[in-house]
Amino acid sequence: MIRWINQLTQNGKFHPMWIVLAVTGVLLVGGIVLVPALYEGAKEPRQNVVTATTKSVAAANLPEPDSGQHDLPKDPQSVPTAHFKPPSESDMPAGEFGDMVKLGRNIFVHTQIYAKGLVGNGLNCVNCHLDAGRKADSAPLWAAYVMFPAYRSKNHKVNSFEDRLAGCFRFSMNGTAPEYNSKEMIALTSYSYWLAKGAPTGVELPGRGFPKLENPPLPPDVQRGAAVFKANCAICHGTGGLGTKVNGQYAFPPLWGKDSYNAGAGMHSVKNAAAFIKANMPLGKGNSLSLQEAWDVAQFVDSHDRPPDPRAK
Amino acid sequence: MNFSHHTSVEIILTLLVAGQASLSHADAQAGAAIAKNGTGAGSACMQCHGANGEGQAAAGFPRLAGQNRDYLVKQLTDFKAKLRTNPLMGPIASALSTTQMKDVADYYAGLPAWKPELNAAPSTAQTARGAQLAHQGNWDEGMPACFTCHGESGAGIAPHFPSIAGQNSVYIANQLKNWQTGARLNDPQGLMKAVADKLSAEDISAVSAYLENPK
Repeated sequence: MIRWINQLTQNGKFHPMWIVLAVTGVLLVGGIVLVPALYEGAKEPRQNVVTATTKSVAAANLPEPDSGQHDLPKDPQSVPTAHFKPPSESDMPAGEFGDMVKLGRNIFVHTQIYAKGLVGNGLNCVNCHLDAGRKADSAPLWAAYVMFPAYRSKNHKVNSFEDRLAGCFRFSMNGTAPEYNSKEMIALTSYSYWLAKGAPTGVELPGRGFPKLENPPLPPDVQRGAAVFKANCAICHGTGGLGTKVNGQYAFPPLWGKDSYNAGAGMHSVKNAAAFIKANMPLGKGNSLSLQEAWDVAQFVDSHDRPPDPRAK
Repeated sequence: MNFSHHTSVEIILTLLVAGQASLSHADAQAGAAIAKNGTGAGSACMQCHGANGEGQAAAGFPRLAGQNRDYLVKQLTDFKAKLRTNPLMGPIASALSTTQMKDVADYYAGLPAWKPELNAAPSTAQTARGAQLAHQGNWDEGMPACFTCHGESGAGIAPHFPSIAGQNSVYIANQLKNWQTGARLNDPQGLMKAVADKLSAEDISAVSAYLENPK
């Protein structure tokens, strides 16, 4: 071997420097491949359409964007058994604080109008946080409010409640987060604080987020999901899933496409979408779909194109 | 006069468009004739639904004027197919062809929709409860607001969700009770059955009263 190298060196056809260059080249190529791969692994993975249609992925192996709720500690002794009830709409306070609470509610229900410059799609908070952010099992505001500040693995830091709201605007609303201490932030915080009146701080209340969902018997399937969608969802969300507009505003929200939540949103996680859908959809008929149907239709919804995750830019 | 090739094309196109326009106009016109005179096989619509499609409040015959066209066609089709049963509407719908159903639906959909009354009676505790159900729902029971599906002011959302604002209260109350008992079964996906099952008798009275003149 060494004689062969010596022969090549003498002929001028081989130089030891080539070894150095070759090793450097391999390291460079490896670096170019591995560094982005590591970055890709760290950020929230998206469901691959091709994967979904050509082979069903075992539900247990699906990578899920983390909503951060798993990080929060549960205190088994202090979780109350009855559902927390927020104050009645008719009991909204008066005065300047009351006005701020009302503004928060207006932003929440008519986001397109009251947060006009901040939204990037056609949604309103109330589309998923039902009953103006009051409904248990539909990510109610009163349950979220008392769980912040909290560490979230989504952005690897301790988040204030305003940080959490900023995420809603950036991802679910595909828009721009309001400035901290802006009127919009104070209004939404006031509304959430008022809804949470009497709720114990730092306690994970029943009804928070969406009810935990088991894995389905079969891996979630886009084709089965399409059939579930046609039979249960299209009547409101349209056969094309792009929602229904009345007088220029979405009466029923789009579930994908440019006017829907982007790929960084919690709802883009099939697990989250399935849990939301199982407990709340069709509207007024929550818990009517089977476990399998909820997972299948969530897989179908989240397999479509939507605006990209802003963190990927 | 020098008629160029272009002018002849324009004349033909204009005639075609005018022809099309007059054809669609004929749908509503044919519908108006059916509404006024019937088809010879059944009563005329106006006899029960009023000269202007306003319905008959006391008898519970619904307002049709300004109603969602596709919804009207579906109801007539369902009456004929016995998917929705009513002793009066069954024979009447059975006598209509599909074209006649579309014509009469066109006619009624094109009539002026309901507008809020200017000097309506002041709201009562009952209509306040009705307003709450219409605008917020009753989520303690898992019931969405009526207006979430029926439109922000109850004007309906085409093609599936009919207008309910300005509908007469006897008719609304009857429908809600019929969904509860199963006397009416043609609601898509059982959506109205799910809603009706969450309404108490007082709620039905409240929401029907409110919807007759919602604000």
